[in-house]
Amino acid sequence: MIAFDFPAVLAEWPLLVKGVGATLVLTAISASVGVTLGVACAWARVHGPAWLKPIVGAYVELIRNTPFIVQLFFLFFGLPGIGVRLSPELASVLAMVVNLGAYAAEIVRAGIATTPKGQIEAAQSLALTEMQVFTRVVLPPALKRVWPALVSQIIIVMLGSAVCGQISVPELQQAVNLISSRNFRSFEAYFIGTLLYLPMAIALRRLLNWAGPRFIFGR
Amino acid sequence: MVDFSIWDIFRNLLLAARWTVLLSLIAFVGGGLVGLALLIVRIAKLRGAETLISAYVQLFQGTPLLMQLFLAYFGVGLFVNVSSWISVTLALTLYTSAFLTEIWRGCVASVHKGQWEASAALALNLREQLRYVIGPQALRVAVPPTVGFLVQVIKGTALASVIGFVELTKAGTMITNATFRPFTVYACLALMYFALCYPISAWSKSLESKLHGHR
Repeated sequence: MIAFDFPAVLAEWPLLVKGVGATLVLTAISASVGVTLGVACAWARVHGPAWLKPIVGAYVELIRNTPFIVQLFFLFFGLPGIGVRLSPELASVLAMVVNLGAYAAEIVRAGIATTPKGQIEAAQSLALTEMQVFTRVVLPPALKRVWPALVSQIIIVMLGSAVCGQISVPELQQAVNLISSRNFRSFEAYFIGTLLYLPMAIALRRLLNWAGPRFIFGR
Repeated sequence: MVDFSIWDIFRNLLLAARWTVLLSLIAFVGGGLVGLALLIVRIAKLRGAETLISAYVQLFQGTPLLMQLFLAYFGVGLFVNVSSWISVTLALTLYTSAFLTEIWRGCVASVHKGQWEASAALALNLREQLRYVIGPQALRVAVPPTVGFLVQVIKGTALASVIGFVELTKAGTMITNATFRPFTVYACLALMYFALCYPISAWSKSLESKLHGHR
């Protein structure tokens, strides 16, 4: 007969709270920088100089076709081989930014591509500069169109951050691992840890769906 | 001190890639079968099925695959002492089934409601409706995203390395420990995954553009 001992895990709640906090902080930083990078890459692929397009295209395809854990290990374990040493936290944020940037670039590009030509022509005829046309006319409705996909991708990146525990970043997965090595209640610890991610994902989706129209692209 | 050439690194990674491919195929086929069963239960509109299955989907889509793998590893370990093979296969199969059933549900929903009504008016039962009317139309829409999801499964298998399953990523870590050349090994590792995934991504993309071309 198997006896479960969930209270033993819940007794370590300060660790869990810290883990949730760290995961959210990692996600917040990576999401804001990553989406910005994605927008920049989308701009580069559609309107950028000719030499930049293939570079951005290669970056997007390379990231989208390799696992996040390999990207993270390359940054954390691989780069010191050529003398670049990153802290676990910095490597994690960088990996998440680079990862989200590539996916966001594809998503935002799809939004930009569907901008009606007349709107751009109208903006040009009002003597807006190329940059103004992009940031004020093309981008806001494009972001609005692809916002649900972008939100899903940010959530995927948050869930992916569980892997950062592997390079000893003290986020939720790492906290769960620590708890299970303290009291040997591995199943219970991972059960609770896994279930903690679920409300985080749901809350993050709600928050972004709420914040998007208000602060990012306007209603 | 043994010297390792690039070829040694590459050959060993290639050998390990077999396990990544095998694991991906098992998870994809197994997940496809479970996903199909769930889809049929959903379409048949059994009482309570929709609530249960959407909770199942939400559970797998709203939690990290890594945590699911750990949970399967320790969960199966409670009952029987098994190799990581069983728990990894189990977790990846369930994960894949949740995503595929949701993708395919969307494809079935994309078939026009009139098709259901027309086939019902011709007195076809549910099995015949799915076999002759709805299935072929949904299948056409379903192929590109399903192929695209295979890429996600291949990338997902990389996480199996964390619970000790020796596939491509784990082999990369082990080779690094033997050669002390992390930069080369992880670069090769990334290239290996790229070589596996990129053709499938490109294929999925071309299937999609063909589909839209027909409209």
